[in-house]
Amino acid sequence: MISVSGVTKSYGKLIAIDNISFQVEKGEILGFLGPNGAGKTTTMRIITGYTPPTEGEVRIGGFDVVEDPIEAKKQIGYLPENPPLYNEMTVGGYLDFVADLKDVPGKIKWERISYVMDKCGIADVKNRLIGNLSKGYRQRIGIAQALVNDPAVLILDEPTIGLDPKQIIEIRELIKSLAGGRTIILSTHMLSEVNMMCTRVVIIHRGKIALEESLDRIAEDLHGSKILLLKISRSDSYVKERILCLPHVSDVSEISHGEFRITSEGSHDIGDLIAKTVVEYGWGLLELRPFTQSLEEIFLKVISAEGE
Amino acid sequence: MKSIVTIFRKELKSYFASPIAFIILFVFLIISGIFFFLYLESFAQSQFDSRLQFVEEVISLNEFVIRPFFGTISVVLLLLIPLITMRLIADERKSFTSELLFTSPIRITSIIIGKYLSSLLLFALMIILSAVYMLVLIKYGNPDLGPIFSGYLGLFLMGGSFLAVGLFASSLTENQMIAAVVSFGILLVFWIMGATSNAGDSIFGYLSMINHFESFAKGVIEVKDIIYYLSFIFLGLFLAYIMLDSERWK
Repeated sequence: MISVSGVTKSYGKLIAIDNISFQVEKGEILGFLGPNGAGKTTTMRIITGYTPPTEGEVRIGGFDVVEDPIEAKKQIGYLPENPPLYNEMTVGGYLDFVADLKDVPGKIKWERISYVMDKCGIADVKNRLIGNLSKGYRQRIGIAQALVNDPAVLILDEPTIGLDPKQIIEIRELIKSLAGGRTIILSTHMLSEVNMMCTRVVIIHRGKIALEESLDRIAEDLHGSKILLLKISRSDSYVKERILCLPHVSDVSEISHGEFRITSEGSHDIGDLIAKTVVEYGWGLLELRPFTQSLEEIFLKVISAEGE
Repeated sequence: MKSIVTIFRKELKSYFASPIAFIILFVFLIISGIFFFLYLESFAQSQFDSRLQFVEEVISLNEFVIRPFFGTISVVLLLLIPLITMRLIADERKSFTSELLFTSPIRITSIIIGKYLSSLLLFALMIILSAVYMLVLIKYGNPDLGPIFSGYLGLFLMGGSFLAVGLFASSLTENQMIAAVVSFGILLVFWIMGATSNAGDSIFGYLSMINHFESFAKGVIEVKDIIYYLSFIFLGLFLAYIMLDSERWK
């Protein structure tokens, strides 16, 4: 549904994002993570057609956002970092304006508006001026605005920022309920949020994709006591092979020099055997522990590794 | 087309949602009313001035009231129109709503035209209301109607080009004050161009806004003046378009 290929954006000499490519399929919820200034907002602005990329292309449902902006934009609902609200308008008047802007047919317009107002819990403030409403309401009006044209693609830039815990839960529930047929890209700082809602995660750091992984895989690793982390001080190129030759070892991957991630077959306990092997060959055992990696760890790791 | 109407209606509503439109209308009518009264008063006194009775020239309402009135109104507009246009685009940036507009399935051209037309309507309302003073003259005197109509046409065209300049200035910044000052500066430069060159023949004389308006005020509608103002409007809107389009490419 969304295809980003080879997108680069530079402001003069500063390269904000550097050759980013990823796909989002229909019905997926993609979590878009990264530290501040990593290029999340820039990427979202490019996807929504707000700024064109310096290089590369973005397609929304087959339409290029630069070549065919009108058709591409018709399919998008976008909540920017700062909800785009007119303080002098009433909530109803604002949604009416946005619906016209997004070319919602007149017949179903008010039906859609009252639907999104119910869905986002803002029906009770319909006739109030936006300028007088609290941050929580403003954020929800922002989401309502993104939904009013029933878009196939929903792009949300930090939708739960500045909300109280109860509102955060409500918004999360709302976003989950919006999934299904829609494709959603969600940028956030909150890793728990990604764990709860997303099907896949992209971590972006210094303008590059640092990790792209489905959340199922990360979850698998989370629950698996069958994955071990081995750290040794004297590593050579045979280590990997020798471990792989041991019984019940299905996979070995070298994370960094002298650091291995070992996956067992089924739920066999391979710790003893590995310890024995390491000692036998005199590799210098430093650490051997179950590899329980939370998203948080992955995130910090990816970012600090890149930073070195 | 539909998107132009959408933008137009939204802008118009926001003009009248805040007191700004009412204040501008009020101030404009008060100031132009004061000047109208002063010109009329001096005209009335001149009728009893013994020194003027041997002057060959015709002392008419048109020459003594209407023409100076138009001249004054155009200066007042020079000051007020930047206040009408300053928020048009600058404010969208400031309140982050530009992200909504530019990610909506509408063209930049529609945004600019919609916004321009709404400010043009507010301006039209201003000068239509000021026509009350002319009605007073028509009721109690017998002014020549031709120069009144041509003067209003000229006023409309000139105000239209002021608005286009203001819209362009507003597209340069997110700060309304800067937008107002810049548009006032541009307008003033084009205004005084005519004063520095004494003839209409020089290039500055041609570019001057006031020179083109003067023939309208005299009751002469010339195609070259109309073309001048229309191209001024087009240029202002086009530059605003260039600004909005190129800004996103930066």
